[in-house]
Amino acid sequence: MTKSLDVPPKGGFSFDLCRRNDMLEKKGLKAPTYLKTGTTIVGLVFKDGIILGADTRATEGPIVADKNCEKIHYMAPNIYCCGAGTAADTEAVTDMVSSQLQLHRYHTGRESRVVTALTLLKRHLFNYQGHVSAALVLGGVDITGPHLHTIYPHGSTDTLPFATMGSGSLAAMSVFESKYQENLTREQGVKLVVEAICAGIFNDLGSGSNVDVCVITKGNKEYLRNHLTPNPRTFVNPKGFTFSKKTEVLSTKIIPLKEKVEVIEGDAMEE
Amino acid sequence: MDQVDFNAPHSMGTTIIGVTYNGGVVLGADSRTSTGVYVANRASDKITKLTDNVYVCRSGSAADSQVVSDYVRYFLHQHTRIQLGQPATVKVAANLVRLLAYNNKNNLQTGLIVGGWDKYEGGQIYGVPLGGTIVQQPFAIGGSGSSYLYGFFDQAWKEGMTQDEAEELVKKAVSLAIARDGASGGVVRTVIINSEGVTRNFYPGDQLPIWHDELESHNSLLDILGAPEPMNI
Repeated sequence: MTKSLDVPPKGGFSFDLCRRNDMLEKKGLKAPTYLKTGTTIVGLVFKDGIILGADTRATEGPIVADKNCEKIHYMAPNIYCCGAGTAADTEAVTDMVSSQLQLHRYHTGRESRVVTALTLLKRHLFNYQGHVSAALVLGGVDITGPHLHTIYPHGSTDTLPFATMGSGSLAAMSVFESKYQENLTREQGVKLVVEAICAGIFNDLGSGSNVDVCVITKGNKEYLRNHLTPNPRTFVNPKGFTFSKKTEVLSTKIIPLKEKVEVIEGDAMEE
Repeated sequence: MDQVDFNAPHSMGTTIIGVTYNGGVVLGADSRTSTGVYVANRASDKITKLTDNVYVCRSGSAADSQVVSDYVRYFLHQHTRIQLGQPATVKVAANLVRLLAYNNKNNLQTGLIVGGWDKYEGGQIYGVPLGGTIVQQPFAIGGSGSSYLYGFFDQAWKEGMTQDEAEELVKKAVSLAIARDGASGGVVRTVIINSEGVTRNFYPGDQLPIWHDELESHNSLLDILGAPEPMNI
């Protein structure tokens, strides 16, 4: 009865180019490579709040493109989000929702809630039907308490006491499943998160380098960048680097900045 | 080697059941959400609240079913609080689900069972499977694990059960399906809705009956042997 529509009905994203890309790939055209964060990201709920952890390796196919990237993204002063999947997608989607949350904070005059970030992210990802390849672990502490959620590229979410995502998630989950307990202290929680990320770093090819940790409690957050560096460079040239040819200076022109207009203290703006 | 595909859509293999009894309904579900062959969430809650007196069991694509239930909850909230002024009927809730499922049938992949209690018709169960049909039934089953339950319900279902009989039936059925269906597992969750309100129950593996060839569950060997030395970093 219904024949296929060539024009997308009244707005909404058009997936025609996605179909065309799939068709070209089947015909043999190689798609351009993109930066993926192979990744191990984890989160857990402890006695006083949330601890998030991530590795720091970004891969482009088989090559490590960035040995020390940041996968724990800022969303709000009390909410952070770890991202796995395509690096551009996770950066863009977390930046976008972070701005939306700030505007919302100005509008309402209140601290952001984790469920707000969750809903904004899942709506966006669902609307793009999984083509925005971002798998996220969202955690934060707001007025209603600590919350930890996982968000999948297709837009589904889960609420869990401990969660892992990314290619190293199986290795990290095995650590959590054997050692997680409720009401861990901060020290125990950080130790467990570090253990889980290390399991991913050492057993998964897509994860590596250092461990980043973020501890969020009521009214306080600590972003421990490179909390652990278990993969230092072993052989470092003691001479250091010297670049032989210095950039030549051809000519120099200095223009001092002179005041053109005098700024007078104006009257305060009146309504 | 079979690589775990992390971009596989998050689907709920699932077993979902809804059963009416003399006084209300009992909804039941397993708790496994899988991404390909990996279990993404072993303790998910597939019985979602739409209103105080109507709940829905979700199966199929996790994202699609979550979005549909979010929209229906929103519409029902407007319908109840803003327009009607009294609790929504189960029939209205089920039809809202059906309208979304039918009109977006090309883009959605989710089977739902809507169940609840209202003062006009009592306990009702409506099945809304993949294409967006709506059918009122005395009991409904859905999800990949339901294939193993058709014969069981033909034999075990009776008209006019009591609340305890109905809950036992649901618990038994979900645990039978979990035993045979790889995509269902975890714990059994039940929700009982009647004129008095809503009761949520939770049955972990050790509280479920043992079937043919199944082994008794016991705690992890880590508890018996003692925790190993913590890793020194």
